[in-house]
Amino acid sequence: MAEITLIEGIRQAMDEELARDERVFIVGEDVGPRGGVFRATLELFEKYGPERVIDSPLAELSIVGIGVGAALYGARPICEIQFADFIHPAFNQIVNEAAKMCYRSNGEWTVPMVIRAPYGGGIGGGLYHSQSVEAFFTHVPGLKVVIPSTPYDAKGLLKSAVRDPNPVMFFEPKKGYRLIRGEVPEEEEVLVPIGPAKVTRAGTDLSVFAYGMMHYYCLQAAEQVASEGIEVEVVDIRTLLPIDMDTLLGSVEKTAKALIVYEDNLTGGYGAEIAARLADQAFTMLDAPIKRLAGPDIPAMPYSHPLQDWFMPDPEKIAVAMRDLASY
Amino acid sequence: MALNKKLLKEMYATMLLARRLDERAWILHRQGKIAFHISGIGHEAAQVGAAFALERGKDWVVPYYRDLALMLAFGYSPRDFMLGLMGKKGEPTSGARQMPSHWSLRTANIVSHSSPVATQTPHASGIGLAIKLGGEDKVVLTSIGEGSTSQGEWYEGVNWAAIHKLPVIFLVENNVYAISVRQDQQMAVKQVADKAKGLGLPGESVDGLDAIKVHDVVAAAVDRARSGQGPTLIELKVSRMTPHSSDDDDRTYRPREEVEAMKALDPVPAFAALLLKQNTITQKDLDTLEAEIKEQVEEAVDHAESAPYPDVSEAAYPVYVEDIRHG
Amino acid sequence: MASEVIMPQLGESVVEGTVMKWLKGEGDAIAEFEALLEVNTDKVDTEIPAPSSGILLRVYVEEGQTVSAGTVLAMIGEAGEEVPTKVPSQPETSVMTETEAVPQVSSAAQAVAVPSAQVGRSKALGFISPVVARIAGEHGVDLQQVRGTGRGGRITKKDVLAYLESGAIADSAVPPWEEPALGELFRPTEEVFGVKQGSIPGTEVLKPGSVIPHTPVRRSIAEHMLRSKQVSPHVSTFMEVDLSRVVAHRQTNKAIFARDGVNLTFTAYFLAASVQALKAVPQVNASWSDEGVVLHEAVNIGMAVSLGADGLIVPVIKGAEQLSLLALSAALNDLAERARGRKLKPEEVQGGTFTITNHGISGSLFATPIISQPQAAILGVGAIQKRVVAIEVPDPAGGSMDAFAIRPMVYLTLTFDHRLLDGAIADAFLGTIVKTLENWA
Repeated sequence: MAEITLIEGIRQAMDEELARDERVFIVGEDVGPRGGVFRATLELFEKYGPERVIDSPLAELSIVGIGVGAALYGARPICEIQFADFIHPAFNQIVNEAAKMCYRSNGEWTVPMVIRAPYGGGIGGGLYHSQSVEAFFTHVPGLKVVIPSTPYDAKGLLKSAVRDPNPVMFFEPKKGYRLIRGEVPEEEEVLVPIGPAKVTRAGTDLSVFAYGMMHYYCLQAAEQVASEGIEVEVVDIRTLLPIDMDTLLGSVEKTAKALIVYEDNLTGGYGAEIAARLADQAFTMLDAPIKRLAGPDIPAMPYSHPLQDWFMPDPEKIAVAMRDLASY
Repeated sequence: MALNKKLLKEMYATMLLARRLDERAWILHRQGKIAFHISGIGHEAAQVGAAFALERGKDWVVPYYRDLALMLAFGYSPRDFMLGLMGKKGEPTSGARQMPSHWSLRTANIVSHSSPVATQTPHASGIGLAIKLGGEDKVVLTSIGEGSTSQGEWYEGVNWAAIHKLPVIFLVENNVYAISVRQDQQMAVKQVADKAKGLGLPGESVDGLDAIKVHDVVAAAVDRARSGQGPTLIELKVSRMTPHSSDDDDRTYRPREEVEAMKALDPVPAFAALLLKQNTITQKDLDTLEAEIKEQVEEAVDHAESAPYPDVSEAAYPVYVEDIRHG
Repeated sequence: MASEVIMPQLGESVVEGTVMKWLKGEGDAIAEFEALLEVNTDKVDTEIPAPSSGILLRVYVEEGQTVSAGTVLAMIGEAGEEVPTKVPSQPETSVMTETEAVPQVSSAAQAVAVPSAQVGRSKALGFISPVVARIAGEHGVDLQQVRGTGRGGRITKKDVLAYLESGAIADSAVPPWEEPALGELFRPTEEVFGVKQGSIPGTEVLKPGSVIPHTPVRRSIAEHMLRSKQVSPHVSTFMEVDLSRVVAHRQTNKAIFARDGVNLTFTAYFLAASVQALKAVPQVNASWSDEGVVLHEAVNIGMAVSLGADGLIVPVIKGAEQLSLLALSAALNDLAERARGRKLKPEEVQGGTFTITNHGISGSLFATPIISQPQAAILGVGAIQKRVVAIEVPDPAGGSMDAFAIRPMVYLTLTFDHRLLDGAIADAFLGTIVKTLENWA
């Protein structure tokens, strides 16, 4: 069993899927000889050639639009948007075309494609290289939205996403690309199903729901407060749409308290949906208000280091919120 | 594909069927029997000319909403169209989920499109890319109005096909109006075909009222595409003889004389006159055809009127592929 | 430095409060946490404790005044300390309700949902969370007995679970009889024996001099009551019942019924006795029509359920003649609960052929209820009281003699439509109910 980085998990997933299914191809900016600005497609161009690892023009909507067309024809495109911040020009193609195709054609046409995008801050990326955009897409029926937080899940979920017959938004915590490391078996095939959330730390005092980088931080914060006698149950949501409420409700039934941590702006963020569902479905299980810890409601993350730190939830801030809820 | 007498007759029959169905749609709307109609009257010759240059059943079409005649040429039936207008069960495009004239017919390689314009252009290039990746010799035809070529989506789609020499034909049905806005407020170039220069593909402008000319130009483009020489932009200059849609009143923005002038050049009777002159068809043939089509239209209307609406439960699916119900 | 006494935000949706009473006057000494004043809001009435010890230097808001949350009500400080003579400028009243990842996260978090002892349904207990309320309800826990270890002494889920595990509740599997605190209409009549005068429903927020707008329910009740009185000549007849046998039967069967999850109430007996009587005297299970008196096949009994300030509703137990006491009780529990939860279906309040109203709930002995149209009669059940009555007991000589006895007694009223029924039939009907109850076996 080898310990690899999260981005290596992603690279391996694409490598294996390209090898497995010749319908699979990669399209995006700088994905070719450069191997991607984050090196997610490193050496894939050399291995699979220019027809299957395609450098796109610098136009995000065309990356998705071309992908939709190819998928309609039966190909399995993996579209890379270089930064999630640049996905907005492609919004129309994702929301009006990819997401609605199956419904609007009564199942005649389907769009089996993956749209990958690195998201999130803490890397000095300023307003336009730090955004968390998942909530725009979790609002859209017809899409699946997946965010891994470990190398194993990154590999296993991305491989499942490539095989999924629906359009899958696959957001990758870029701060964790090389920071998050974990063991992934080399011999056996790693496949993680889209859908189930995962309890990654058992606890009795409160439940914390998170995904991506925040999940990683939540585990660290849970470790901190454990030394104070607070036992936090941490759940990695992993698939944001469709949401696995059973796992979340099961956890709240146990702990009676819920904290949702996400890096996106607070208002209308994904945690709002979790909070609303818990208020609806877990009301009589609750022993405290449902809490959210999220980024502030400012347009996006500022560049300067102290300003960026002010924005980002981190293990210390999460630990404060955990203690606070535990003491309620 | 050379046009023999049989094909010419078939072309005319398709144009006339499109025209009569379209006229009936306007009547149904004014009778309050349907909620919406968007017309292709004046576009029929261009669409039929283009359609007959393709290998129907093999090649792919990524259409836009004015393409009734193109759809009939590719396999839509009058019943399909009427079911769509009335939003009835069995409508093949979308199960009556989409508005009328939002085409899709998987069995005929007609790809589903939406209402925001030019979203289909990148799809056509994507399909072209997939065809090329598979080493096949199929061709994709995609159509659009001239106003929609203002969209970045259109440029990005065409650009892709030009870069990768994809087997795509970009038809622009230029009827000068985007609802009420004239061409000179859409673009600084004199004709849409000129836009091809900036994108690096051949561009041609053709009289869209002449089905045979259109056929020949599109056929040449098909040959180019099939032989790996890449895409072509073809502008078809057509007439929009009606308001934009059943909800529009074009008297508020264009003079009646303009519409009258268009009617004098109506491509459908003009094509009949040509066939008569060539002795391809007789007046008796024309009369018989007219009667047959009238019957077909009536039958389609009756069929759609007596068809049930979809069950309300159908509205809930299929959001995901896992929800698709067959049969 | 003088400290401010402010109008707290008592509940998330509450924006203002009224000063009801100052418990201290200007110049009085007061200790921190000592009750300083009483306030009233849309949601709660409560005492406000002093924020610090000292002298009450100045009162800015007089009794009866309503001010927004956050308004400075008074100043407490050292004797002779200068304080403003008018209300100091109002502080920012918005309350952060979510934790944001801001540097002051800990202080922001503390501003969140600080459970004031006033929020919730019981002042003495502090805030009761949904899960604590549910567990307490399921296990019949008297929360007064549970020690709270949460913030501000709040009872947490762990507290109530620990209490249950301690074995303080002997048989937690059996649901409690009923919970008076939930405003049950069909509550145990034991309570009524003591005739505790509870708070008067719907009077909490009445302000003399104001106009209470009509709710649709109010209008509908008014319309129906007036019409019934206009249509039917109402006559009432009264009898009293000795409930000794019923009380004994209930005592024996309560726990047995509870095993089926059914609360056996006295109301069920009145219901069952009415069914007997309606079968015996079918003229009462009837409606007036111009063609003649319509005798109904089914016995569908409506039960008036109070909705407090929202008026009342009458769910109907259909086909009551086919139901056992257990089934009647279960139906009664279900309808009453859903009536209070506003979850009745329209058809469940229609089609009644006879109605029972339990006016004794609020201590009433006699009442003359109004008939629910188009029925023929309505039974009023008064409060059950232990009273001294004269009974006959065997005398040593083998005969009988009069004696005093203390018996659970109740007055029943039958109000009937004199168009259909005459006094003799009505009395025969009511007499059947009395006999059935007195001879319950």
